[in-house]
Amino acid sequence: MGDVYIQGVDMIRFGRFPDRSLTSLGAEAALLALDDAGLNMGDMQAAWCGNLGQAGGMVGQRVLQEIGQTGIPVVNVANACATGATAFREAWMGVKSGLYDVVLAVGVEQMGRGLLGGAGGSKGISKEGLLGSGIMPCVFAEAGVEHTRSYGTTFEQFAKVSVKNHHHSTMNAKAMYQKETPLEDVMGAEMISYPNTKLMCSVNVDGAAAAVLVSEKKARELGSGRAVKVRASALTSDPYSDRDLVMPDINTCTRNAAAVAYEMAGVGADDLDLVELHDCFATAEILHYENLGLCKDGDAGRLIEEGETALGGRIPVNVSGGLLSKGHPLGATGIANIYEVSTHLRGEAGARQVEGARLGLTHVIGLGSACAIHVLEKPA
Amino acid sequence: MSEKVESSGPLPAVPYIKLPAGGDPYLEGQKCSSCGAVYLGQRMACGKCFSRDKFEAVKLSDRGTLHVFSIVHRSFPGVEVPFVSAIVDLEGGGTVKGNLVGVEPEPGSVELGMPVEVFFDDAGRKDSDGNSYVSYFFKPAA
Ligand SMILES: [Zn+2]
Repeated sequence: MGDVYIQGVDMIRFGRFPDRSLTSLGAEAALLALDDAGLNMGDMQAAWCGNLGQAGGMVGQRVLQEIGQTGIPVVNVANACATGATAFREAWMGVKSGLYDVVLAVGVEQMGRGLLGGAGGSKGISKEGLLGSGIMPCVFAEAGVEHTRSYGTTFEQFAKVSVKNHHHSTMNAKAMYQKETPLEDVMGAEMISYPNTKLMCSVNVDGAAAAVLVSEKKARELGSGRAVKVRASALTSDPYSDRDLVMPDINTCTRNAAAVAYEMAGVGADDLDLVELHDCFATAEILHYENLGLCKDGDAGRLIEEGETALGGRIPVNVSGGLLSKGHPLGATGIANIYEVSTHLRGEAGARQVEGARLGLTHVIGLGSACAIHVLEKPA
Repeated sequence: MSEKVESSGPLPAVPYIKLPAGGDPYLEGQKCSSCGAVYLGQRMACGKCFSRDKFEAVKLSDRGTLHVFSIVHRSFPGVEVPFVSAIVDLEGGGTVKGNLVGVEPEPGSVELGMPVEVFFDDAGRKDSDGNSYVSYFFKPAA
């Protein structure tokens, strides 16, 4: 079976676009990706569309109504914060299986402001603030505190993740924010759920990203010299673990997906040149350094302290600004990560370019849970 | 002869709180007798070992240790903050999430691994029909 390549990939600038329709955002990203590939809708043999907010609303078909209705199969995908990456993976499977040579994957989301999280069922009384908290900043704070319990990780170390990612986004015009946030600002920001302050929570934004995936045969035929090879695609759900239903286990499904991805790609974490991982909260990034094998268990605090994951460090993480600063439009996030890594592998990332990037990894996780990892390789 | 209307006492805030008539409230788990996994609520089959029809209702301990916590300063409108959201491993099995009370809601006042007790009290909230509820809370063990 041949390899699958990303022939075109792009994203719109993330931001708040209350006056625009969801489908126009998705359509814009799709057109950008088609242009990047040098192809048009008439070349696409199938499409996958990731969106959460209107999961029942045939968003994929509506996007094609904006840019070209050719009657191809369209599949709408919802998988929490792994939605975009899952749409990409399903498109990858379509090509990998040999069924298609050219397909489109789109991820798009329009978000409200404010807290995400479960208030429990509508029956009886609300459990929020009665039986602890189900808001996302708290769920990921508790996951971070587990790391503190095991390894003594400090509030300051968690906060340094935000300082780094906000710094990175000053070099990314497509990020929601381009603003430095010194450590004292991050630690002194409004406390949302200890140890996550407001500047340690990802930004709810509107956004869209898209990719055109092609078979090896098609990539050779097109001969653009910019096709990024998909070395691995992995998707997991949460296996049983003792506390999982009370305390979502974001670690095990990430570790399982990483193991599958590294094996499929035939590489190890040491071979990676950059990583875009799911920093939905600053606490989460620390956990994923270890979950993805970027360092030994217990070393993540040191990794951020010593700048190893900053641009210019040993293994730059979230040079796009991450979900913390670029923004987190749920259905688009996974494909936007793939755009970021692809852009570095093509050597087109400008001021934030990771020099000599040859191999990169993208990671997203949706609570409930779903984890998707892709390993991408520089155009030959 | 008219039947007596069932007394409308407080209701359990979640189904795994049991309020026996004339007895003390307790938390109930469903234990898989094949592998020992403990769930809050019934399953079709065990998530860990897939056994079917092996669940037995067990009374969960009212003692445990604080696994992790967060101090919540911003929540949904109307929710009183700050409060300590806590995840507690109960002695003998079962993990539950709830509010830890009887400590200052500050990082320095909450000790990871500290022994805690489960107690039951009025939830302080009523549903739209005016029903009262009993919930469980954690406090530092005496
Ligand atoms: Zn079992």
